[in-house]
Amino acid sequence: MGAAASLANSTVPSAAVAERKPARFALARRTVLTPVLLSLLLLAIALITVMTGSRPFNQTVIDVFVRVILVVGLYIFIGNSGVLSFGHIGFTCLGAYAAAWLTINPMMKRGSLPGLPEWLLETRLPYWQSAVLAALFAALAALVFGRVLMRLSGIAASIATFAMLAMINTVYSNWESVTGATSSVVGIPIVRVIWPYLIGAVVAIFIAWAHAISRSGLALRAARDEPTAAAASGVDIPKERLVAFVVSGAVMGLGGALMAHSIGVVTPDTFYLGLTFITLSMLVIGGMGSLSGGVVGVVLLSALIQALRWLEAGVSLGESTFALPKGVQEIALGVIMIVILALRPSGLMGRRELTLTLGSRNK
Amino acid sequence: MLQILFDALSLGSLYALGALGIALIFGVMRLVNFAHGDVIAFCVFALLWPSTDAMAIVFAGQLPWYLLVPFVLLCGAGLSVLCEIIVFRRFRQANPATMMIASFALGFVIRYFLLMLFSSRPKSISLLPELSQPVEILGARLPLLQLITIVTTMVILIGLTLFLRQTRFGLEMRAAAENFSMARMLGVRANRVIMGAFALSGALAAAIALIFGIQTGTLDIQMGASIMLMAFIATVIGGLGSLGGAVLAGFLLGAASVIMQVMLPIDARPFRDAFVYGAVILVLLFRPQGLIAARGTKERV
Repeated sequence: MGAAASLANSTVPSAAVAERKPARFALARRTVLTPVLLSLLLLAIALITVMTGSRPFNQTVIDVFVRVILVVGLYIFIGNSGVLSFGHIGFTCLGAYAAAWLTINPMMKRGSLPGLPEWLLETRLPYWQSAVLAALFAALAALVFGRVLMRLSGIAASIATFAMLAMINTVYSNWESVTGATSSVVGIPIVRVIWPYLIGAVVAIFIAWAHAISRSGLALRAARDEPTAAAASGVDIPKERLVAFVVSGAVMGLGGALMAHSIGVVTPDTFYLGLTFITLSMLVIGGMGSLSGGVVGVVLLSALIQALRWLEAGVSLGESTFALPKGVQEIALGVIMIVILALRPSGLMGRRELTLTLGSRNK
Repeated sequence: MLQILFDALSLGSLYALGALGIALIFGVMRLVNFAHGDVIAFCVFALLWPSTDAMAIVFAGQLPWYLLVPFVLLCGAGLSVLCEIIVFRRFRQANPATMMIASFALGFVIRYFLLMLFSSRPKSISLLPELSQPVEILGARLPLLQLITIVTTMVILIGLTLFLRQTRFGLEMRAAAENFSMARMLGVRANRVIMGAFALSGALAAAIALIFGIQTGTLDIQMGASIMLMAFIATVIGGLGSLGGAVLAGFLLGAASVIMQVMLPIDARPFRDAFVYGAVILVLLFRPQGLIAARGTKERV
């Protein structure tokens, strides 16, 4: 438990200023294998998908990559700070709508969202530019909310983030002229190629890794494990939490923008409790304190959901077709989640990261 | 004026009962029970015969009220205890996040079980229609149901207070809420107390289900969720683990919603909930431990 604390401390003393950089490089070299392996895993999935050439499968894998971005975004804050946040899907919502504002054909925008400012009505950007801007917009919102919320900790912080999500949802569900209220905003250019999503997911993973080994990330993990000792060693906990909150807000915004481009339609309720819980479940089942856990959780749960869907649609076994009754898919998913959590309360990966030498602790 | 007061009180009653159900369980096992809303939905649908038609086939709902009420309460308590035995017992040692996700997964299972039996279409039923008639009090016309809601809540609250203060079981439960391991060492049986808490919380969920079902006349699988969220927030604002705080915060939230509905300018009214949630954040900033901080929940160093 105290490993992260001692590591953070070892970089603090001023006598070590000269040695700090090499120490950081050593840390980077020791841990870089994890994001590389995770990226290779995703790349393998993408390659298999392209080779099969099946369109529905393609869409499924795109969904998986979007979820990877979202769950990695959650991990950056929740995993490193230990504070459960229910509000991050709010940033996804902001990102998705920002992407919609920036990419919909100006003619259509004038009709459906007349309340937008004039310059925004004129703008039409390619999707990757809009995704970057959407991420920045979400990060800005995270900065504003975070300034207030990061003073809280524990369950009060969780509820406050939840209140933030509900606020964003209420505003976006009712601001007719700017967000189209609860009706769906259509006309977002749909990107059906798998590569942008893969790149997004890989970028998210590397951002998470870079944040985790940065001074701020180490300090934050020290504060997660030993808040009193960390505060006594000069860690400004609200500040480090704010940094993580903003970084994760940006990643969530990126995920939101890509999600908007993957389905082409946004409504406020797409980005509410359902998505919040499914992404949180993926993170917790994979292992809250581990980046690999987040990614593995997404891939496994998505595979499970897909398998159950196939079973529900019916599988032919020899002569007879075998199909599950409707609704069994969700029930089975819930039961499996409970069983996994009962057997492994700290998630599949616990706090371990994926490396070539299995079993190395997340330090 | 009186109308507003009664609106606030009856909405607050629902929130308070919900918050109480969540706080009871949190008190004894530090579990934030997301399945609570689905227990509420289950209790309402217990009145119907399973069918996927749009027309509701009323089954238990036809019972006379003196049988109907105990039946629904038993349903709630039974389901809640069953959840404890099958699921939550395995999570006593787990950390709060894991328990929370487990309870969410359980709620998911209950919800889709209902969906399988009843389909997702909202169903309309008229339950005890004589309660919807208005009565006149001091010049204001109020639905009889609102009065009954408020009176019932008061009776439940007083009854629960007496139960917790005067009986041995109540004493054990309060002891367990304050310091669980110490209470066990002094001879409080953990399983009994926890099951008792779940049974009480389930019965409270059933009470909400009844009131809400009669009030709206439509049954919807999602209906538990909205109340549950507010109740959940009320539990935290009230001070997690503090039963009095939960009730107080429930009434405050109800009052805040109704007052904002009346006071806000017309343009801002659709955004009422955003203001309520903003107020929640403000309260948390000034009192992160809740309005009435429960003893024993402070983090010790």
